[in-house]
Amino acid sequence: MSLDEPESNVWNGLFWVIQLFICINAVAKSFLQENKGRMLYFYSISGPASFVLAKLLFNSLLMLVMSLLSLLLFTLFLGNPMHKAGSFIGLVLLGGWSLSLVFTFLAAIAAKAQQNAAIMAVLGFPIIIPQLLLLMQLSKAAFAPLLTIPASTVLLLVALDAMVVLLAVILFPFLWKD
Amino acid sequence: MHKSWWKIASVVLLVYTFVAGFLWDVPRLPLLQETIRNLYFHVCMWFAMMILFTVSVVNAIRYLRTFNLKYDIYARQFAVVAIVFGVLGYSTGAIWASYTWADPNKPAYNSFSTIARDPKLIGAAIALLVYFAYLILRDSIQDMDKRARISAVYNIFAYAILFPSIWILPRILPSLHPGNEDNPALDVKNDISGTMRVVFYPAIIGWTLLGLWITTLKIRLALVKEKMMTHE
Repeated sequence: MSLDEPESNVWNGLFWVIQLFICINAVAKSFLQENKGRMLYFYSISGPASFVLAKLLFNSLLMLVMSLLSLLLFTLFLGNPMHKAGSFIGLVLLGGWSLSLVFTFLAAIAAKAQQNAAIMAVLGFPIIIPQLLLLMQLSKAAFAPLLTIPASTVLLLVALDAMVVLLAVILFPFLWKD
Repeated sequence: MHKSWWKIASVVLLVYTFVAGFLWDVPRLPLLQETIRNLYFHVCMWFAMMILFTVSVVNAIRYLRTFNLKYDIYARQFAVVAIVFGVLGYSTGAIWASYTWADPNKPAYNSFSTIARDPKLIGAAIALLVYFAYLILRDSIQDMDKRARISAVYNIFAYAILFPSIWILPRILPSLHPGNEDNPALDVKNDISGTMRVVFYPAIIGWTLLGLWITTLKIRLALVKEKMMTHE
């Protein structure tokens, strides 16, 4: 092996940064690739709330699969520093879900602004940093044998996710009509 | 004249803040000493910023309810002035940190990485970046109605995620970083004595009213510009 296995802090940081970029690239496609004709078709068959919920659901599932895939690749190529593998996998799924929800809504905004994925990153990075910081703190506990994962922080993340879904349902109708 | 009482109040309160803030007695706390007077300026900047961002979001909501373009202009101008207050809050904070947090035995820039990692600073930076992104988004769209609608949606969405997280983040992260708890500069709010409150609360009101005043001037200018554009 030409590369050494990184220590757990570096592993953790790298993992979440790569999750962030996976999410931007995977989720951006969902709105930016829809052309006008297809949007018109969606417009005729469904309402805004069910449309955005469907998008959120699809992107969540996509991101959960991608998260598990990147976790597998990380453990294969960079070693396995996890002490509590089960809880870390749970955190990865929770994190992937949080990222996908926020970026799905931002992709909707960016698509309406007729911009490329770059504006999505500009809009999204500052908003996602608090959640990423919390996720990194939580996953640090999964790497150390003596720390326990605080349940209140996990609940906070779940509450934030619920709020994002709620906001998306409330605000999407304003993006939907043109 | 009857409508300008709050402008007079702003000036009076700010004069009071400067005079009393610089001359009155303050408690001598270890490490802080006289720098505690910065409380009347630094903390008030953040208060004013948060209040102005909140007003901006309220105007974004009003726009989405009425589709009156006036409220979109209000929302943008309040956000711009709030950003100015945020930058001022950062610079007053940097001066304060260089006297209290920085290691006096080393050059100030050596302490920068330790200070910049504080969760409160990260939260403040995020708040400013979110509203810079708001301005970028708003100015990148040509069509007026579309611009107003999309930027109002982003304004509400960003505010609703940003503000809970910047209030909660500093309360969660220091518990995992025990180094922060030893720093008395973070606990300044618990140490405020009665004499400081007498200056601190009027100072918040004074700075916020000043921000409001600046914003009303900017709004009037923007409305006049808008009128000229539509009449051409």
